[in-house]
Amino acid sequence: MDRAEVDRRIRKLIEPFNKKGVTITDETTFANDLEFDSLTVMDFVAEIEDEFDIIISMNQQAEIENYGQLVDAVYKLQVDPS
Amino acid sequence: MQADQPETREAAGTDLFSKFDPIIQMREKLLGTGIEDPFSLVMERVLSPTRAVCNGRETILLGTYNYMGMTFDPDVIEAGKQALADFGAGTTGSRVLNGTYQGHKDVEQALCDFYDMDHAMVFSTGYQANLGIISTIAGKGDYIVLDIDSHASIYDGCKMGDAEIVPFKHNDIEAMEKRLKRIPDGAGILVVLEGVYSMLGDVAPLKEMVAVAKKHGAMVLVDEAHSMGFIGENGRGVAEQAGVMDDVDFIIGTFSKSVGTVGGFCVSNHPKFEIMRLVCRPYTFTASLPPSVVATACTSIRKLGQASNKRAHLWENSKRLHGGLKDLGFTLGTETPESAIIAVIMPDLEKGAAMWEALLKGGLYVNLARPPATPANMTLLRCSLCAEHSESEVEEILEIFENAGKSVGII
Ligand SMILES: Cc1ncc(COP(=O)(O)O)c(C=O)c1O
Repeated sequence: MDRAEVDRRIRKLIEPFNKKGVTITDETTFANDLEFDSLTVMDFVAEIEDEFDIIISMNQQAEIENYGQLVDAVYKLQVDPS
Repeated sequence: MQADQPETREAAGTDLFSKFDPIIQMREKLLGTGIEDPFSLVMERVLSPTRAVCNGRETILLGTYNYMGMTFDPDVIEAGKQALADFGAGTTGSRVLNGTYQGHKDVEQALCDFYDMDHAMVFSTGYQANLGIISTIAGKGDYIVLDIDSHASIYDGCKMGDAEIVPFKHNDIEAMEKRLKRIPDGAGILVVLEGVYSMLGDVAPLKEMVAVAKKHGAMVLVDEAHSMGFIGENGRGVAEQAGVMDDVDFIIGTFSKSVGTVGGFCVSNHPKFEIMRLVCRPYTFTASLPPSVVATACTSIRKLGQASNKRAHLWENSKRLHGGLKDLGFTLGTETPESAIIAVIMPDLEKGAAMWEALLKGGLYVNLARPPATPANMTLLRCSLCAEHSESEVEEILEIFENAGKSVGII
């Protein structure tokens, strides 16, 4: 799967969580722009993990602040899961 | 890097406390309503495991985790006094240097007997037991799979270590298994669960979860802080009740709840467990518990093993309070009583604090729990029952709840 395909799939998954209809770019942050609380993060991460059959550990989540970083991380994980 | 610019940083100086402004504001807003501060209550006198004088009023205690009422047990008190006289006020040393007295060995033996396990290691608090055991046994490249609603001490243990941390949805067996399946082959796995979750008082489906964990080659740690002494035939906890004691690798517990004093522990049958004493930093680099504390704990644990009548009475109390609150129209954390904790769900923090204050003025103390410590950002009034609450005290408690609930407009 190439990065564009990963991006397309995550964009679809994020829709129900994007309550305020924020326009999503690579720079969109989860905490400030999307106002995700910890419960939303858990549900959203679980959906991505199921879609791509990967684990995004809390250690990795801590490094991810914006949408672009998430797509990069998932792209990397599904190429090389360890 | 921009060497030719004037240095202005020093003058600007950032107040390191500015990060606490949101919580300071939340507190000021709450206290601005004129309410008694729920987080600085003082117990001026403690009359018994179930009664104290708080802020000048005699109050029924329904938020102390003193499940088995051991704090004033005469044998326990006597053991403490004797140890204080014989061994002094403190050990002034680490367990691995000058801080292991006969009392520390005795309480560890009492734990081995209580749980029918080979090894027991006593820490200065339950918080440190989780911190030490979790951070030490799961290292770099290992995975910790844990329930998202785990206690702060479990999360802090994870954060202190170098393992990959993988949380799953609360009590969700399928979510747990999905994550276990995705862990790379050959990685070490520690699954961390609690017997009773202290926020809502709900119990983990340990029978199923421990089986799934074992199927995927994981070691299992269960924190039984809120079930020791009460749940299971011998009071060993939810793992005993679920019949999975043999498959649990580590049980973490505390002396600060049913045991009625302070301290924490881990028990295990792992053949190499004793090495923990040398490699676990929160065990090594702190002073051991005072002799009086380990003596009270030891006596209390030995009595808890025989306390089946008290356990039965505590269940009666829990059922009556749960049923009574439900009949009054309160929203509770669990459909049926699952433990000695009954959580009353409040519509919001303001109403919760008002209700907390109305209960206190009516002569009842409960715990007010608020975000972020609570799941799903709920405000909870947490009630924890004691085996020493009498039947009539439980009726009195229900009456106070009814009056407060009506005056605050919750029921
Ligand atoms: C689940 C759980 N584990 C550990 C602890 C820590 O226990 P202690 O009070 O001994 O530090 C607590 C107590 O708050 C707890 O609720």
